[in-house]
Amino acid sequence: MDFSLSKEQQMIKEMVQDFAEREIKPIAFELDRDSRFPEEVFKKIGELGLLGIPFPEEYGGSGGDTISYAIAVEEIGKACGGTGLSYAAAVSLGSSPIYYFGTEEQKQKFLVPLVKGEALASFGLTEPNAGSDAGGTRTRAVLEGDEYVINGEKCWITNAGYAKTLTVTAVSGKDERGKNIISAFLVPTDTPGLTITSDYDKMGVRASNTSQIVLEDVRVPKENILGDPNKGFKQFLYTLDGGRISIAALAVGLAQAAFEKALQYSKERVQFGKPISQFQAIGFKLADMAMEIELARNMVYKAAWLKDQKKPFTKESAYAKLFATEMAFRTCNQAIQIHGGYGYMKEYEVERYLRDAKLLEIGEGTSEIQRLVISRQLGC
Amino acid sequence: MNIYVLLKRTFDTEEKITLSNGKINEDGAEFIINPYDEYAVEEAIQVRDAHGGEVTVVTVGNEEAEKQLRTALAMGADKAVLINIEDDVENGDQYTTAKILSEYLKDKDADLIIGGNVAIDGGSGQVGPRVAELLDIPYITTITKLTIEGQNVSVVRDVEGDSETIETQLPLLVTAQQGLNEPRYPSLPGIMKAKKKPLDELELDDLDLEEDDVEAKTKTIEIFLPPKKEAGRVLQGDLADQVKELTGLLRTEAKVI
Repeated sequence: MDFSLSKEQQMIKEMVQDFAEREIKPIAFELDRDSRFPEEVFKKIGELGLLGIPFPEEYGGSGGDTISYAIAVEEIGKACGGTGLSYAAAVSLGSSPIYYFGTEEQKQKFLVPLVKGEALASFGLTEPNAGSDAGGTRTRAVLEGDEYVINGEKCWITNAGYAKTLTVTAVSGKDERGKNIISAFLVPTDTPGLTITSDYDKMGVRASNTSQIVLEDVRVPKENILGDPNKGFKQFLYTLDGGRISIAALAVGLAQAAFEKALQYSKERVQFGKPISQFQAIGFKLADMAMEIELARNMVYKAAWLKDQKKPFTKESAYAKLFATEMAFRTCNQAIQIHGGYGYMKEYEVERYLRDAKLLEIGEGTSEIQRLVISRQLGC
Repeated sequence: MNIYVLLKRTFDTEEKITLSNGKINEDGAEFIINPYDEYAVEEAIQVRDAHGGEVTVVTVGNEEAEKQLRTALAMGADKAVLINIEDDVENGDQYTTAKILSEYLKDKDADLIIGGNVAIDGGSGQVGPRVAELLDIPYITTITKLTIEGQNVSVVRDVEGDSETIETQLPLLVTAQQGLNEPRYPSLPGIMKAKKKPLDELELDDLDLEEDDVEAKTKTIEIFLPPKKEAGRVLQGDLADQVKELTGLLRTEAKVI
């Protein structure tokens, strides 16, 4: 057992913290207010190599581990939840499936520019009628000669408005038992028939781009199928297992930001003749918040470590996501409570953390789905 | 070009500093590259990229300083040297550090040596000039601009908010002032590559130095925190009376006039 971070992990933490503090935090308020995706920040994130952390050098990555990646998500998320979400989605959902399941040719063509930070990619899974029940996917892909023709609709797709490539899931046939076979396809966003709109007006993570995708007779070459044609469903379940670690890390970052604000405020705010931090009612809240953050972070690191050790991590990443995101909601809520009336004002920023945190209990598998994943892992 | 950077690991003065038993509490303190030395690292990398050569970062300290050296390597320096004095020197001062650095540097044929103009912990600003003296090369402190053409060097230095341009030649030692450049963040590939870059560790023995050779010339008598800031006072009443009251207080209470 060794709970200390390696020198590289510490250096990454300090660098990202420094970068996020200087380049993201000062604009976080404005990004939320204007619901603006900070392209200029993503350019810098790319230049620093942060989009390539968990990928090997042969694809332009840094050869870092999942723990380093989780640390980066936490630090960016601490500065701005929306930017953190877009960062996490770009790596875990945009690049990872191509790295996990792509052919060498697909990796060279699609993954390398992503890892180098020259482009973003998105993962199109959710549909208006297929959310938690991804098996209910209605988008269809039909093989016509050398091309797949894809028709359907995807919703709430992170970063799609700025993506160069989409990984889209679609029903490509039926198995011998008559069940839908779901496959994944790589679709460049300049393909004719593809319409991407970003009109959603969201409660939180407003700096993150969220888009709707309509596919009308979108034609992609046969070789753009990603991984095993018959295992698209299993592939995205694996992709989501990895994504959960990053969403949990993001939750830890948001909670840490809210906690630090609340702690500072409670030491400065004087009522009844002393700082409110000295009242047990407030001090105990802060104790709970600090403890829960640390527990969640440990779970994130453990799930990331299991993934790096190539051990099963499905259950642990669900633990991490479920606990960290619900913890983040509680912590951000208490941070507002500690701030009292001031906390309800946007200027004090803690209300933004709560709005951002809410999404984390929904996106990449709701809390209910996490409980389902865990209970199935337990053999229920 | 053979470039050396003098780097110090310091505690982060933006964090809260506490004392115990007359010493600064190191537990829980955050340690960083002295911010002025970060400008030095950045400048060294820029000079190397423009003129070729190699950047070596040197520090005098203990094992813990390896992290700061690795960070400089991650920013782009080529080599690092840790002169570990943990076992040999108990209480060093600026003389100690300068003596060790100059012994290390004397046979290195350095063209350019860059340090920070001051360390934010001790704040003496002496090590750079002392090293130059001992090496018998010119030095310029608090520089905000460095231009090198062949052996000729043009430097702009900060003189209490004004600036002074100085022309000189290599070899040279300069110390960096804020404004010299904007230090880069170590990139991810940089951090991963830093692992594989050479980091040598030396002790006094390796420099043919005895403990007596580097014994401190100064003695620390006491370390204390500045007094807590008292609440301000707002004077009331007629302006003329306020001025009179203020001058009276400056004389009798603050005793500054």
